[in-house]
Amino acid sequence: MTRVHVTDLVKDYTIREGLRRSRLRAVDHVSLDLTPGRTVALVGESGSGKSTIAKILTRMESPTSGTVDVRLDDGTPVQGSLYRRQVQMVFQDPYASLNPFHTIEHHVARPLRIHQRTTGAAQTHQRVLEMLERVNLSPAEQIAARRPHELSGGQRQRVAIARALAPGAQVLIADEPVSMLDVSIRLGVLNLLGRLQREDRLAVLYITHDLATARHFSDEIVVLFRGRVVERGPADAVILDPQHDYTKLLAMAAPDPERGPARVAAGAVIDRAAIDNSVCYDHFAGEWQQVGSPARSAATARSAATARRTA
Amino acid sequence: MTHLSTDNGPTVGSAADEKLAPVASSADRPRAGWRAMLPTMTPWLALGLFLVISIALFGTIGPYLVGDPGQIRDIGLTAPSGEFVLGTTQTGQDVFAQLAHATRGSLQIGLLVGLIATALSCFFGIYGAYRGGLTDEAFSLLSNVMLVIPGLPLVIVISGFVPREARGLWTIAVVLAITSWAGSARVLRAQTLSVRSRDYVAAARVAGERSWRVIVVEILPNLLPVIASQFVFAVIAAILGEAGLAFIGLGASNASTLGTMLFFAQNGFALGMGAWWWFAPPGLLIALFGMGLSLINFSIDEIINPKLKNVRAHRKRARKAIRLEREVRRADRRTAGRSEAGAQEVASR
Repeated sequence: MTRVHVTDLVKDYTIREGLRRSRLRAVDHVSLDLTPGRTVALVGESGSGKSTIAKILTRMESPTSGTVDVRLDDGTPVQGSLYRRQVQMVFQDPYASLNPFHTIEHHVARPLRIHQRTTGAAQTHQRVLEMLERVNLSPAEQIAARRPHELSGGQRQRVAIARALAPGAQVLIADEPVSMLDVSIRLGVLNLLGRLQREDRLAVLYITHDLATARHFSDEIVVLFRGRVVERGPADAVILDPQHDYTKLLAMAAPDPERGPARVAAGAVIDRAAIDNSVCYDHFAGEWQQVGSPARSAATARSAATARRTA
Repeated sequence: MTHLSTDNGPTVGSAADEKLAPVASSADRPRAGWRAMLPTMTPWLALGLFLVISIALFGTIGPYLVGDPGQIRDIGLTAPSGEFVLGTTQTGQDVFAQLAHATRGSLQIGLLVGLIATALSCFFGIYGAYRGGLTDEAFSLLSNVMLVIPGLPLVIVISGFVPREARGLWTIAVVLAITSWAGSARVLRAQTLSVRSRDYVAAARVAGERSWRVIVVEILPNLLPVIASQFVFAVIAAILGEAGLAFIGLGASNASTLGTMLFFAQNGFALGMGAWWWFAPPGLLIALFGMGLSLINFSIDEIINPKLKNVRAHRKRARKAIRLEREVRRADRRTAGRSEAGAQEVASR
């Protein structure tokens, strides 16, 4: 069992335009915890910093400041090649995340070999077939010999999940795993992820922009807006009782045939440009909190928060 | 998406909702892996392969079957005859024997330069682009500088600078290789930059693959057609370049190539004396070999170039559609005729 504590994560990108340099803060003082057997959904629009967090957690990018602390149950920190074994990722686009040149077997066998989960060709092959069976890909023998382009999007995503779990990962980062799939297949892949999570007691970070699947699939929701956390809490509380303007906007954006036009009208009331991301509503604590180093002074933010509460 | 069922049970049904697509017949199945790397066999490709293979065979086996190309006879310049298939030179040397040895020399140079230039362009192009940052900037600068240096004058200067006795096959090959890798390196760099940002490369890194494995196993196979095409082009350029160098007297001193043959023909006033059998065969061989390699290259181009990639498949599909349409129309006409006849029958009753 592995726990992840992310504290005050900041990621700046420098943008160069000719001689001018500017700084873009993609992630701004984000903290979150991943615990075994629980799913945390990270919800936000494009450019809100979701994928940057995923990249930092998988060590494809290094944070500007803040820490990612990954520890085993006995308290030993997870580092080096052990980190790669423990923390794995499922990518968004199953059409891009598998190498068109290699067979399915290669994709699942490589992590097994790299992390010495198996020895010898025969045992590796056996394990690959087991992994494929686990993600409901059968007949495994046939699938293993195929190449990615011969599989459907859903099947490819299952292969990607098998690959992520192959090293024996305990922490799974799923970066919009179903957004590129047909609606009819999404539920199947999500349920598969749910089952694997329960079987292996995985800690899952589910990154999405879709509140509905976030509620269905996760225990806790963290809403991200322009790099900052603006609302966090138990999944049902965040969806049914959104406090922050941005969360309300997100909830309204999901089409609901029962309320239909009324919702759209309500959505027009909130001005996107005026949404304040320096305050965060924490459903666990039941109060508004100051996030990060605010652009405005703490006093005005607090007054904004109280104004919102009284409104 | 608000009406998702909250059934979280193990999904037995999910495998059923996307059953394996039936395996398409082998003809329609899109190709991947090694098969996708191989060009479709066309008459042009066949002609190219035929030319290249026969010239290569002539260059490898030929020298063992002919006599000594250097042997001087007192018969002087003679036209092709039964004894000497391609006649003799001014000094009575067998042109056919010389041609066999010269072909071997030219092929050696071509292959050597092709290999060295491809290796250099792969290293500077792929490795630089994969590492990024300062390495990429430095490698990129180096290849740009090499690119703007005019190749032939540099080759002439270097070859002229190296003393004649040290100017062997290898020297010439290295000189030609270091002046010809830069263009390919730029193309490979661009391709690598595109491939390395794909998710499967990121996935391999997340899985814990080492850098060299990511480059060799995940990136390189996707660049193979480009590299093959560049190799073929490098071979053509090297053979032509060497012929040019040898023709102006700066070729390898220890090897005979098609270029040196042309050099001696020129020196012996072959053109003035109308001795076509002396200068035409080497010239023709260079032209045919270049043509063969170019034809092969065009076929490889059909794999790399996205504009040409699907042209053949589209054409095939279009032809099939037209044929189907014609058949359907014919069938329609037949049923129409039959129903008309039926209607008349009914009317007559």
